[in-house]
Amino acid sequence: MKNYLNLKMNKLSLFLCALFCLVTSMAMSQPVEMADTMRSEGKIYVVVAILVVIFLGLIGYLVMLDRKITRIEKKLEKKS
Amino acid sequence: MKTWLKIIAVLLICYTIVAGFLFSVPRLNIVNETIRGLYFHVPMWFGMIALFLASTIYSIQYLRNPSFNTDTKALEFANTGLALGILGILTGMIWANYTWGSPWHGDPKQNGAAISLLVYLAYFVLRGSIENEDQRARLSAVYNIFAFCAMIPLIFIIPRMTSSMHPGNGGNPGFNMYDLDSRMRMVFYPAVAGWILLGFWIASLRIRTRFMNEKLLELENE
Repeated sequence: MKNYLNLKMNKLSLFLCALFCLVTSMAMSQPVEMADTMRSEGKIYVVVAILVVIFLGLIGYLVMLDRKITRIEKKLEKKS
Repeated sequence: MKTWLKIIAVLLICYTIVAGFLFSVPRLNIVNETIRGLYFHVPMWFGMIALFLASTIYSIQYLRNPSFNTDTKALEFANTGLALGILGILTGMIWANYTWGSPWHGDPKQNGAAISLLVYLAYFVLRGSIENEDQRARLSAVYNIFAFCAMIPLIFIIPRMTSSMHPGNGGNPGFNMYDLDSRMRMVFYPAVAGWILLGFWIASLRIRTRFMNEKLLELENE
């Protein structure tokens, strides 16, 4: 009788153990949410293009400012 | 500043914008795609520190050998550095809103960064409050050195001694998170170099306008 109970308990704990393993492995294999759809559709390139245009535009502005300062510096040099 | 350095700065940042969005990154919970913020938010702080360091060096030079030249350079490097620092804190707040739950979380790193920005703001208050040019230059040079020394523990040491939620802090050695992934370093380091160079470019323009202004004043006085 005692032996039978022990066997039953062992079976139960084995089952619980298996269930636990299954649940944890499921939780671990659950993929982390990333912007995969956006990248697979290729639309992310649009965002990158927008950012590059804005950045280059600002840099162009900075270059113009740089040249203007150089021009005024030369003018001042001539005057003094 | 040399033209080829400016070209390198633009190329590096362009590369980081493209690679920063398209290259693969580690998949982490909560952080998700916001890990890409590393490529744009952290270089702001690196740029700020590089500019403040340059500013401090010019302040030390001023105290050793006073001149209008070094005082102006110290001022404008600090000015540009502060601009990058403000961008850094704003981008950090956007990120914190979505990963920590609120824009201002009272995290040691965040507070330390805010305090060091205030310390640097006081530098400009000090400059604005002194009429005499020599006195202004000397006092602000002394204060500028203090400000840099105050910034180091506020940003780098205190957040590592307490529990900070900021990545790379709270007892962890810096870069611990990035060390996991060498792919991220391939984008991160060029980003840092690019933004530091861009910061120096903008500062150099500001310095040149100040020099021109000074020259103009000299011409008027003749």
